[in-house]
Amino acid sequence: MASHLPISYDPSSSTSLHTQQLIFCSSDKVKDFEKAQLRIPSSFRRKAANLQTMASGKTPGLTQEANDFTSGENNTDDVFDDMKQRFLAFKKLNYMDNLEHFKKLADAQAPKFLVIACADSRVCPSAVLGFQPGEAFTVRNIANLVPSYESGPTETKAALQFSVNTLEVENILVVGHSRCGGIQALMSMEDEGDSRSFIRNWVIVGKKAKESTKAVASNLHFDHQCQHCEKTSINHSLERLLGYPWIEEKVRNGSLSLHGGYYDFVNCTFEKWTVDYEGSRGGKKEGSGIAVKNRSVW
Amino acid sequence: MATDAYEAAIKGLKDLLSKKADLGNVAAEKIKELTQELKELDSSNSDAVERIKSGFTHFKTQKYLKDSARFNDLAKGQSPKFLVFACSDSRVCPSHILNFQPGEAFVVRNIANMVPPFDQKRHSGVGAAVEYAVVHLKVENILVIGHSRCGGIKGLMSIEDDAAPTKSDFIENWVKIGASARNKIKEEHQGLDDEAKCTECEKEAVNVSLGNLLSYPFVRAEVVKNTLAIRGAHYNFVKGTFDLWELDFKTTPAYAFS
Repeated sequence: MASHLPISYDPSSSTSLHTQQLIFCSSDKVKDFEKAQLRIPSSFRRKAANLQTMASGKTPGLTQEANDFTSGENNTDDVFDDMKQRFLAFKKLNYMDNLEHFKKLADAQAPKFLVIACADSRVCPSAVLGFQPGEAFTVRNIANLVPSYESGPTETKAALQFSVNTLEVENILVVGHSRCGGIQALMSMEDEGDSRSFIRNWVIVGKKAKESTKAVASNLHFDHQCQHCEKTSINHSLERLLGYPWIEEKVRNGSLSLHGGYYDFVNCTFEKWTVDYEGSRGGKKEGSGIAVKNRSVW
Repeated sequence: MATDAYEAAIKGLKDLLSKKADLGNVAAEKIKELTQELKELDSSNSDAVERIKSGFTHFKTQKYLKDSARFNDLAKGQSPKFLVFACSDSRVCPSHILNFQPGEAFVVRNIANMVPPFDQKRHSGVGAAVEYAVVHLKVENILVIGHSRCGGIKGLMSIEDDAAPTKSDFIENWVKIGASARNKIKEEHQGLDDEAKCTECEKEAVNVSLGNLLSYPFVRAEVVKNTLAIRGAHYNFVKGTFDLWELDFKTTPAYAFS
C-alpha cells in the first residue's frame, strides 16, 4: 500500500500544506490522491529551482535531512498498513459477525451509560469494563475530571448535556485509576506555578481534592497521597455533577444514577460505589459533600 | 462457572448430533432463536452494576491474568505511540475499531472529536491532553477520527447563523469549533441532501481539527522535526468503511537573500 509523500523541497520559504487521501474499503483499492497547494507565482518558482540545486549540493546536513525524510516515508507505510490490518480485523471479527446489530446501531444509539474516564492508554473503559459498541457514551480527559457547572473549561460539559438530555442515559460512571499522571501533576504542582502550562490550567479543576488530601494524608508517602487524591477526586467530580441542574433533577426523580469507580491496575481490582442522593441531601457527608452506598470491590 | 455449564451443554448437543445428523437443521433453528433471546435478555437487563462487574471480571480473567507480565510492566509506566481523538459516541470506541490494546493509545473522547485551537483558558482540557501526550509521553502519531451519523456534526450543520442561545448552549458553543467546516460545506455542496452534507462536514471538521493541532507550538515543533505524524480518519459504520489520510506540513530551511 504505497503512500506517496512528496520529498522534493518545495521552492518556498513559507509553509505549504498538502493533504492526501487513501481510501480503504473491502475491495482494497487505492482510489484517489488529492493535493491542495498554495499558489506560488511562477517567477518565484524559477528562481527557487536554482536555489534548490544550490541547496542540495551544499552541505551534508541537507542530505541527512533527505535521508530522514525517506525513512519517515517507510514509517508512514508501516503505520498505514498497521491501521489497515487493525480495522480489517475489527470488521471481520466483530462487525461482519454482528451485522444486524450494527445496522440497528447505525440508525440510533441508546447507551445506558455515560462513562467519564481518563485518557491514560491503560484504562480504556471498553477494554477494562467490557463495554461493547452502543453501550457507553464515553468522555475521556486527563484525570477524568468534571468541571463545575458555573465555571471552568468547557469541553466535558457539551458531552454531559448531550448524553443526559438527548440520549437520556440512565447511569453516569466516573472512573479513576491508579498511578494517574494528571493527579500526580496536581499533587506536585506548586501553588504559584507556571500558568502557561495547559496541564496545570486543567488539573486545577481538581484542586479541592488536593486540598482535602493534604488536610488528612500529608503524613503519608507521596504515592499514597496520590492514591488518596485519585479516589477523592472521583467523589468531588460526582459532587460537581450534582451541580448541573438537569442532572440533579434526574437523579432526584430516580431516572439517573451516579456511580464512582476506581481501577487499580497494580493489583487488578475494581472498586465501585453509588451516590446516595437522599443521604447526601440529608447531610450525611463523606468529607466530600456526598454520601455513598453499595460500595464493593472486585 | 457459567462457561463450564455452557460447554458441557454444547458437548451434549454435539454428541447427539453426531449420532443423529438429520436433526442438524432443527438444532440450527433453535440455536438461532436462543441466541436472539439471550441478546434481548442482555439488553433489557437493567442492573447496571452487574453489567460492569461481569465486564471487569471478564477482563481480569481473560486478559489481565493471562498476560500479567505485560500488565505489570504497564503498571510501572505507559509509552503509547498514539494520541487519538475520537467522538464520545458509544459506537466508535477506538479500542474496538482499531483494536488498540492497553498501553497503545492515549485517547481523548469528546463530542464530535474536536480539537479546538490553542486557548489556555477555555480549552485547557484538550490542551492538557495534547501537552501531556506530545511533550511528556512523546507519542509519535496523532490521529483524529470522525464518524458517520455524528450527532455533534449534525447539530453543527443545523445551527442557524444568528439564532439566540438555546437550551443546548454547551453543545452549540462546543461544536462551533467546526464552524469553518460547516461554512465550506454549505458553500461548496449545496446540491447534496442533508445526510450527504453531514458526511462531508464530518470529514471536513476533522481537517479543521488537524489544522488546529498545528496551533499548539509543541505540536508544530515535533511535526517539523518529523518526529510526530498527524492523520485524520473517517469511520463509516453504515457502510463498514474506514478512510485514513495524513496532514503534510513542513517548513523548508530559510534561504537568505542578501
